This record gives sequence, structure tokens and C-alpha cells, in this order.
Amino acid sequence: MKYLDEYRDGRIARALAGQIADYCTRPWVLMEICGGQTHTIMRYGIDDLLPKGLELVHGPGCPVCVTPLETIDRAIALAMRPDVTLVSYGDMLRVPGSSSDLLRAKAQGADVRIAYSPAEAVRIAASNPERKVVFLAIGFETTAPANAMAAWMAKRQGLRNFSLLVSHVLVPPAIRALLASPENRVQGFIAPGHVCTVMGCGEYETLVREFRVPIVVGGFEPADILQAVLMLVKQLEAGTAILENQYVRSVSYEGNKLARKVVAEVFEVADQKWRGIGSIPKSGLRLREEYAAFEANRVFDLQLITPDEPAECISARVLQGLSKPTDCPAFGFRCTPDNPLGAPMVSSEGACSAYYRYRRHATAV
Amino acid sequence: MAEVIKSIATLACPSPLPAKDTVLLGHGSGGTLSADLIRDVFLAAFQNPVLDRLDDQAIVTINGSRLAFTTDSFVVKPLFFPGGDIGSLAVHGTINDLAMGGAKPLFLSAAFILEEGLSIDVLRQVVHSMRDAAAAAGVSIVTGDTKVVEKGSGDQLFINTTGIGVVPEGVNLSASQAHPGDVVLLSGPIGDHGIAILAQRAGLEFESCIASDSAALHGLVSDMLAASAEIRCMRDPTRGGMSSSLNEIAASSKVEIELIEDRIPIHDEVRGACEMLGLDPLYVANEGKLIAIVAPERAKDLLSAMRRHPLGREACLIGRVCGAHPGLVTMRTALGTHRIVDMLSGDQLPRIC
Repeated sequence: MKYLDEYRDGRIARALAGQIADYCTRPWVLMEICGGQTHTIMRYGIDDLLPKGLELVHGPGCPVCVTPLETIDRAIALAMRPDVTLVSYGDMLRVPGSSSDLLRAKAQGADVRIAYSPAEAVRIAASNPERKVVFLAIGFETTAPANAMAAWMAKRQGLRNFSLLVSHVLVPPAIRALLASPENRVQGFIAPGHVCTVMGCGEYETLVREFRVPIVVGGFEPADILQAVLMLVKQLEAGTAILENQYVRSVSYEGNKLARKVVAEVFEVADQKWRGIGSIPKSGLRLREEYAAFEANRVFDLQLITPDEPAECISARVLQGLSKPTDCPAFGFRCTPDNPLGAPMVSSEGACSAYYRYRRHATAV
Repeated sequence: MAEVIKSIATLACPSPLPAKDTVLLGHGSGGTLSADLIRDVFLAAFQNPVLDRLDDQAIVTINGSRLAFTTDSFVVKPLFFPGGDIGSLAVHGTINDLAMGGAKPLFLSAAFILEEGLSIDVLRQVVHSMRDAAAAAGVSIVTGDTKVVEKGSGDQLFINTTGIGVVPEGVNLSASQAHPGDVVLLSGPIGDHGIAILAQRAGLEFESCIASDSAALHGLVSDMLAASAEIRCMRDPTRGGMSSSLNEIAASSKVEIELIEDRIPIHDEVRGACEMLGLDPLYVANEGKLIAIVAPERAKDLLSAMRRHPLGREACLIGRVCGAHPGLVTMRTALGTHRIVDMLSGDQLPRIC
């Protein structure tokens, strides 16, 4: 298949890995931001192709993993109401809340439906006026345009039975928080290609200048990742720090102007809590006042306590690249995809799940 | 900001959810949840040496004849899909479970659970499809049952079929017989059935020309058995896909099965749909494919025999059995690296982006 086969070609990948080894003279720590990139790395064993000392650590870019516990609890509480149809992206269904998950709620009779597009939730609302349809609108900048479009469509159609439970996060403030941390080890970033397809590259240019850290916008196939690593290694070895775009077949400097326009019309930037990381200033999106009628937290009076996240799981450190999933004593024993302690073991984009699914034979678990 | 990050080292994830006390859809997906259910509930109650083999069929000896005996229920939605319908599927599925034990299928039963309000025309269409599928396969439907449930207590139509066949002398296939050194053969491209069904479901806005591969495999099996007696085991990778079938064999035989990524045939349309939907074709259902674990020296003859049969034209060697990681299925990737091919955990859920 065009645009896939050539980027998964073993010869091209090995040639790129050879070039990386040629350029790399010192140990470097690189972070891929996006969970999709983490999964490619694990699935294709890309870290095995890299020279010793070149370390890839995994970033916070798993939308399911960083959605706060209270958002999940709210979604479950809404889903359990007999008048509500809760529509969600598929991989949110297994993420544990404080005491249940959406799959269990569904098994108990809640009307929970999986959609590939939020527009589907709008359609469900339009054709079922007796149901209160709530879309669990989570994700990074990648899903923001589609989620914004759903609110925009619902407003234009004058729907009164549709709302969004919003938990939107933004990548650049998270990178800023990681770089500002005294524990930071990351010397170069692979920025998330699909986020930049929407938002463009401008915000990353600012980070590069402010922190003098090289950033390469990267794609998601093996050759993309290896090429992005090569570009970072070349910069680090040469002592430069600039923004480069590896994912040119998808990303333009300005991003998708139409998509940005609808996001800006519907959402505004706000402080946001990240599961496992805490609150980061101006790192999320919330509905603008003009769209307040579509804000599920306002439509429904939900008195929920903010739950604590106790004990053993080290996802906070994993999501910041401070620990590897295999550093966790629970990994593969008390924490597995069937019985996850934390969200990174659930999502197909979570780092723990990637390690468990593809590499546990190499880690003697 | 630094304080935020510093203070979070103590933050962690929620405690595990309580032990699984409710049936979830994932319990029916053929992955680890299904395996847990079978072990903890069904095997715990019914345990006996025949059942313990956990093959696709029971093999029992009566008056010196070895009979293969199996049952399967069909709840596919929609009832009609490109390449088949619930009726032909119910016939093929049970025939295939018998065929994977090397048996010649002879007789089927058919039990129908009908939801009040179902159109008789629809039922007739399904039943005619079963008649045609059985006739084409040379089996007779010799007994049956009908129940009707209230509207809302079923989903139009569920079918159960049970089958009996005879295992020829000298044929002895079981998932526990894979040895290091054996090779893995696959009869053709994977994932067609699952994607054909998904493409028909409401809410998925893609059109595809993919048809289900639903077919009766006993003819292909019979040709393979005629070509070589050194077949260790066969499986038809239905729900849970190829990965689940191979994981069952690896666990049962206490061996590692290593697949070669480049060798696994997948139609471009299926690959494309899987990319778009965030699914892995290794976990997508098939209804007319088989995997055979065979002695390496007989692989060539068997592949030739398979390729001469219309249902095995694209048969190929996709991996080998080894001993390094007993119980695991692994894959040599296109990049030359090595990774696990895990059993499906719960349902395969589409990714967010």
C-alpha cells in the first residue's frame, strides 16, 4: 500500500539505523511525545536497531492515559443515568475510573456506544430526541477539530439533547512542563505529527528557541521514527537546536487552517489536569461561553468527589519519561491489560501496554 | 511549573477494579477473557479428559469408531453480509470445527432462537441458505429445535448447530502436538470475514468490496491428510483471529511459535480498513481459513496439495515452532526485530486517533 509499505520497508529502516549509528558518538536521551509513536517503536522493535547509549523515553502523548480520573468517573455516572446515551471513542471504554469502567457500566445496562467520529454522536442525538446524548470529547489537538465540529453542528441544528464532556489537552504546554522539571533528562523531542498536521509547527519553534532543544516533527511508521531520530542525532552531535519537519507528507508550517478556525471558534485555552501528571497551566481546551449549553458539566448536576489515585502504579513517572514501564514492580504481574492498575496499561497508545504486548519476552517477565 | 512536576512523583494510578463478576462483551471475543471464563466456570464444573484437551471438537470412541463431536452458536449481526449469511456461516462453522480434528463431517443439528417479530421471509431465506451450504458440503441436517423469545430478549435470530463426523484411522490431530522444528502453514489471506462484517455495521462510514471468506474446509483438510500423515494440528482462526489460535497451540504444546511478518498474506483492502479503524488483522476473524502445524520435511508436499484446492490456492508457510519462549507467539518483523504476538485482551477496541 502506498505511503505505508515504503515506510515499513526493512531495508530502508536498517539503512537509516546504520546512518544513526555512524553519526552517534555519545549517549543521548530522546523522547517521542505521541503514544502512537511509542507503539510503533515497540511493535517494530526500533529501539533494538539503535546504538547502545541512544535512549528513547516515552512521552505523555496518550490521550486516554492522561484523561483525569474524575472525567472517567463523570462519564460513568452520566452513562448510568437511564435518560443518557454516552458516546465515546473505543479505547476509553476499558480505562478504569475509581470503581468501574464504561464497559462494566454497559454490561449493567448503561447505553454506551462506540463511535469513530463525534459527528456520529450528533446524528444519534438528532434521531433520538428523547435521549440525552453525551459525547466524551477527549484527546489532544488531533481530535479537537472533530470534537469542535460536533458542538458547532449541534448548535447549528439547534439540538437541545446533545452535550460534550470535554477533557482536552495540548502538547506544547506539556513539553514546556517537562523541560522545566529539575528531573528532566530529555535532550531532543520527536513532536507528534498528527497534532502538528492540525496545529502547524509555530508553537514548537518557540520551545526550541526558549529551551535550546532540538525538536523534529515526526510521523508514525518505522522509517518516520528512524529518520526523525537521525535528524535529532545529527543536530545534537553538531550542537544545533532547530525545529525540523520529518513528516512533510502531512505537516505544513501553518497546519490545517480550517481545522484551527473551528477549534478556535468553539474552544478556548484553559488550565487542565493531566492524569498522572497534575495540573498544567493553559494546557487544555474548554468550550467557550457561547457553547455553554453543550457543556455536559453544566447540563447535568453531577456532585462527584474528586477521587484520590493511590498506591502502586508509577504511571506518573512513565508519562514523563522518568521511568520505563518495566521499572514498575507491578508490571506484568499485578498490572496487565486484563487487570490494569493504570491507564497506560489500557490504551493501545499507552507505553505500559506497548511493552507488555510486544516486548515482555525480552524483559524476563 | 517545576513544583507541579516535582510534586507528582507521589501521584499514581487507581487500584485494580474488583474481580470480574460480570459478563462483558470481551468474554465472547475469543481472547484471554474467554479463556478465563472457560477455565474458571466451565472447565471447573465439567472437567473430564475429553473436554480437557480444549480442541475445537471432542473426539470420542464408540464401539471402536472415533467420532468427532462439536457445537457452535451463531449470533452474527447483520444476518446477511457480503460472502454469506448467518445460515451458511452456521453450517460452515460447525463443519470446520469437525474438520480441524481431521474428521469427515456427516450430520448436523440446527437449533433456532427466534425473536418475536422476525419476518418469516427472512427466516426462510436463512434456512434455504443453510440447506444449500449443507448440500454443497455433503452433510445432512438431521434434527433441530425452535424457541421463540419476546421482542427485545434476542436480536432477530440466533442459530446453534451441532455436528458429528468420523475420524479416519491413523488421523490424530491435537493442539498439544506441536514440536520445535515444525512449521506453520496458512491456507490464505486473513481478516476478510471480520472486516466484511464491520463494514456492514451502522456508524462505520466506509464502503468496501471485501466479502467474508465463509467456507467449509473439510475438502481441503481431506486433501491435506491424503498428502501427508505428519500434520500435528489444525485450527480455523475464527473470533480472536490468527493470534488467538496460535496462542492456544503454543500454550497447549508448551512451545514458541515464531511468525515471519512478511509472509503473512493479507488483502490490501483488509490492511487498509484495519489501518483506518485501528485494528490488527492478526486479531480479526476468519471463517474459511486454516492454520496447520506440520513436520518440516512434509511442508512442501502439503503446500502443493493445499494450493491445488480452491480454498488453499494462496496457502503459504508463515512461521515455525521453536522452544525459546514456551507458550508465546512471537514475530520476526519486517525490520528483522523480534516481538510478541499476544492473545487478544478483551475486545479489540478502536483507537482514538
